[in-house]
Amino acid sequence: MKLRPQHWRLTGLVTWIPYAWLVAFFLLPFLIVLKMSLSQSAIAQPPYTPVFDLSFGWSGVMAFFAGLSLDNFIFLGSDPLYVVSYMKSLQIAAFATLLLLLIGYPIAYAMTRAPRRLQAVLVVLVILPFWTSFLIRIYAWMNILQHDGPLNQLLLALHIVPEPPTWLSTNTAVYIGMVYSYLPFMVLPLYATLEKLDESLLEAAADLGCPRWRTFWAITLPLSAPGVVAGSLLCFIPIVGEFVIPDLLGGSQTAMIGQAIWNEFFANKDWPAASAVAVVLVCLLVTPIVVFQNQTLRGMERS
Amino acid sequence: MRRLSAFNVPALVLGIAFLYLPIVILIVYSFNASRLVAVWGGWSMRWYAALAQDAALLQAASVSFRIALVSACVATCLGTLAATALVRFGRFRGRLLFTAMIYAPLVMPEVITGLSMLLLFVAISVDRGFWTVVIAHTTMATCFVAVIVQSRLVDFDESLEEAAMDLGASPGQTFLLVTLPLIFPAIAASWMLAFALSLDDLVIASFTTGPGATTLPIRIYSEVRLGVSPEMNAVCSIVVAVVGIAVIAASILTKLNAARGAPVRGEP
Repeated sequence: MKLRPQHWRLTGLVTWIPYAWLVAFFLLPFLIVLKMSLSQSAIAQPPYTPVFDLSFGWSGVMAFFAGLSLDNFIFLGSDPLYVVSYMKSLQIAAFATLLLLLIGYPIAYAMTRAPRRLQAVLVVLVILPFWTSFLIRIYAWMNILQHDGPLNQLLLALHIVPEPPTWLSTNTAVYIGMVYSYLPFMVLPLYATLEKLDESLLEAAADLGCPRWRTFWAITLPLSAPGVVAGSLLCFIPIVGEFVIPDLLGGSQTAMIGQAIWNEFFANKDWPAASAVAVVLVCLLVTPIVVFQNQTLRGMERS
Repeated sequence: MRRLSAFNVPALVLGIAFLYLPIVILIVYSFNASRLVAVWGGWSMRWYAALAQDAALLQAASVSFRIALVSACVATCLGTLAATALVRFGRFRGRLLFTAMIYAPLVMPEVITGLSMLLLFVAISVDRGFWTVVIAHTTMATCFVAVIVQSRLVDFDESLEEAAMDLGASPGQTFLLVTLPLIFPAIAASWMLAFALSLDDLVIASFTTGPGATTLPIRIYSEVRLGVSPEMNAVCSIVVAVVGIAVIAASILTKLNAARGAPVRGEP
């Protein structure tokens, strides 16, 4: 749309309304979290010091800055509980992403092999669970995995196990929940790249006598790398900070960092500590988030 | 070349079964007359009947519904504006920050978004409740709307807009009379997504809510933490049914729209 100078004001309005909204309700809150992480916890309302108060003038501002400290971060670094929790979150997210890739890839690949009409249906079938509540999908697994639930009944009936195993409050349950919840996020980007794959390359390889598995290994897999990266990031980043899944399906051994923030905030009422945990988490995730952004932007420009 | 191999079919069947079986089991159990999971007591509607008596639950459902309605409408407007700005206005100043603010919330762990929102509301000493949840949900949904509408605008034939402008339409008129009708399917789809996201959200709502504004997910979560119960099976089945019907209705509408000649292509 070539805009004439008299329309610039309209352009400004279209841009600045959403811009201002996002600055006010996304960027500003982050700066507040950063500030809060440098504050001290206090038994007061609001429960932290220093409070930014302009009524004291310049001396108030100076007192505010003097009140900030890195204590929360030192505390985080020195408490093995948090360090272990961060490591565990990254490790669980990495393993869950790997599982998602191993399960999602064959599904996405099979989707591209299906006839055109069926493909459209399959895409809808994969997206549909995404519309169903996240919480409800996790709850559905609580039903299945409970001690006398359908899974154990089935395993006992088939004589696969002599005793009903415990599923809930284990790592296995957390991984099941994660794979189940994030599968559409992995399958759809993979499908999108695999679907664009130039078939003549595969035909050429077949004509030249390349076995199917080698064609897959040498052509399909490398060409689907953008989808693999996009899907993995789309799963890995939110899983690191996941709260609902480890809380409902996991036990004390799967204490992830999202739960640490939640507990510091709701149970301990230590807002500065919760903020410090969040700041460190954002720092850990900054690299994958930037990679994700570049990936999506480049994808946009290519299309 | 497009052929399902012996390896592809099981992958598809198992994959789809994995996605749907848990929901089906949940719905079947909601009709179990017995309170115990291990015992099948025959088909019964008693848990659904019990729900109608649960005033707190109905109240939470109505709060959730109203929050979703308002935030989906606002987010659709904001997101469409943002997408238009990104696609049509080239490289304006601050564009990099703008795109960063649109993409980051898509992957940001909800715990962090929720915490940061709450601290903002405390800092400006706003009483938390209905409207703070609306603002938080609107912010998150705006980004999803912007991305969906953007992808529709990118493969949009700009010559249609240029023709309208050449014939004397102002940019506002062009947008309302040419652009908007053409991108409408994407806007409708993103409204629904925004609505579903809001209806679904537990974490952000828990941080930003206040007294008297308990949403349905918060209510469900507090019950579900204590364990599985047939009442919860029934509530969850109802939510699944409502969302399912809405999504199917929407896709039929999009199909009809496409049949009428509007160019709809691969909308999510």
